[in-house]
Amino acid sequence: MAAEALAIGGGAGFSSDRTDAAGPVVATLVARGGPAALVFETLAERTLAAAQLARRQNPELGYEPLLERFVGPVLRSCVEHRIPIVGNFGAANPRGAARRLQALARGLGLRALRVGVVEGDDLSDERGRALLAEYLPRGRSGFVSANVYQGAKPIADALRAGAQVVVTGRVADPSLAVGPAMAHHGWAEDDWPTLGRATMAGHLLECGAQVTGGYFADPGFKDVPNVAHVGFPIAEVVADGAFTIGKAANTGGLVDARTVKEQLLYEVHDPAAYLTPDVVADISEAEVRELGRDRVAVTGVRGHPRPATLKVNAWFEGGSLGEAEISYAGPNAEARARLAAEIVRERIGDALAIRFDLIGVLSVFADDGGRMLATRSPGDARDVRLRAAAAHADRARVERLLEEVTTLYTCGPAGGGGVRTSIRSRLSTVSCFVPRELVPARFEILE
Amino acid sequence: MTMARVALHRIAHGRTGDKGDRSNISVFVYRPEAYPLIVEQLTEARVAEAFRERRPTAVKRYLLPKLQGMNFVIDGVLDGGVNDSLNLDTHGKSLVFLVLALEVEMPAGLVPKNP
Repeated sequence: MAAEALAIGGGAGFSSDRTDAAGPVVATLVARGGPAALVFETLAERTLAAAQLARRQNPELGYEPLLERFVGPVLRSCVEHRIPIVGNFGAANPRGAARRLQALARGLGLRALRVGVVEGDDLSDERGRALLAEYLPRGRSGFVSANVYQGAKPIADALRAGAQVVVTGRVADPSLAVGPAMAHHGWAEDDWPTLGRATMAGHLLECGAQVTGGYFADPGFKDVPNVAHVGFPIAEVVADGAFTIGKAANTGGLVDARTVKEQLLYEVHDPAAYLTPDVVADISEAEVRELGRDRVAVTGVRGHPRPATLKVNAWFEGGSLGEAEISYAGPNAEARARLAAEIVRERIGDALAIRFDLIGVLSVFADDGGRMLATRSPGDARDVRLRAAAAHADRARVERLLEEVTTLYTCGPAGGGGVRTSIRSRLSTVSCFVPRELVPARFEILE
Repeated sequence: MTMARVALHRIAHGRTGDKGDRSNISVFVYRPEAYPLIVEQLTEARVAEAFRERRPTAVKRYLLPKLQGMNFVIDGVLDGGVNDSLNLDTHGKSLVFLVLALEVEMPAGLVPKNP
């Protein structure tokens, strides 16, 4: 039985991902038959800090806001076909998410749902902060929260203990897929080559459509069929961790050597040392091979012993970010937008370091210091949106910027229109590494 | 041999990833015969120059011949990263196209026809 490949579907690749993507994935897993699992990755770095703040406001919250919309459409089918679901949608409150899922199952008329809850990642309490004191920079105020990246083992343990759904907080993204494969194939925790391969399968699944034609289309150069209905990925992982990658049936998108190569390197630094809590994966000799339509094998992945430390992200209050925009169009539009920027700069003076963008001339390629914009001699762009942005610990100063841009309506250059302003609080992060034995993970099955 | 100057975008593709204040940019050629050309011409110095206004603190290139690709790891170019930058594109997702806009010289016979 354990020799049979495990099919692992990717149901989501980030917190705001499409909630209709998992349906076709599960339909494909069911039609395929055989052992399968479904993973949801919904926890970007800053998503978790926002969840911590939400939980402080309401202790019942702090898990993925779209939880029910992600899981609801597929829960019945997964339970009936024994397809375990693993998700980091627990965010800052895995138990809260577990209770919500159990209520969801009851509402669907399903029998009591066995939910595995993985914890040990949250270091935001006094004990966690005391532990981190040695590893974080001193003298930083406004601590909000801290979480350590846990690995695949507690997920595998929860599945072996009979969990139908496993809810985690912060675990390394690839571990969400390594966990069910480890449970299914009975891998040892130190089987580095196997874990290395499976980790790259998880890596390719973790961003959802990014391996199936999302974040990829470039008309005329890289065309993607039916990209509006891009299908989400499915990996088939065999007993030694080797895998192929494909996608949900009857969907758009594509899986080919190009999509897989791009995602293989996504957020990877040294290809010989992709660090996770489970293993150091090595893709320096990896190869991709197209096996047929929308099916690619990745071979040559290696694995080395896992790091002795685990990564922690700690969050601190980061002041306020303000943004304000105004548009100019037609003859001499660029000159009027540039004049508007000068007016705002003169009126704010030294109170704020302001970034200006001339959207339609130069924006996202430019740096906050304005050095690239300064190299551009004024041109004759005819549809320009001026954007001013600044951040500061003192919210009032940032509000001043928004007010100054708004006054351009009547006091600024000719024809300025469409002012939009926004201000929001920011969180800023500091990372450190702690010895793994200091921050053990644990799991519990909630019936 | 007649040489032609073409934007890298004509012969290669890639994507940007980010972690903290570090951007990683992958570049893969569509046709294997173009790989030696970009190994020779798309150097760390060349990419550092493309990012000069962002003042990179380090640029490291990793070659992946079996994928006909390379991975650039560029430090200190995201104005603090996704949580601190004032850029609209705080992740720097667009930055691979700053690299793909660079020109390379190649034998005219290897230049693909326009799409």
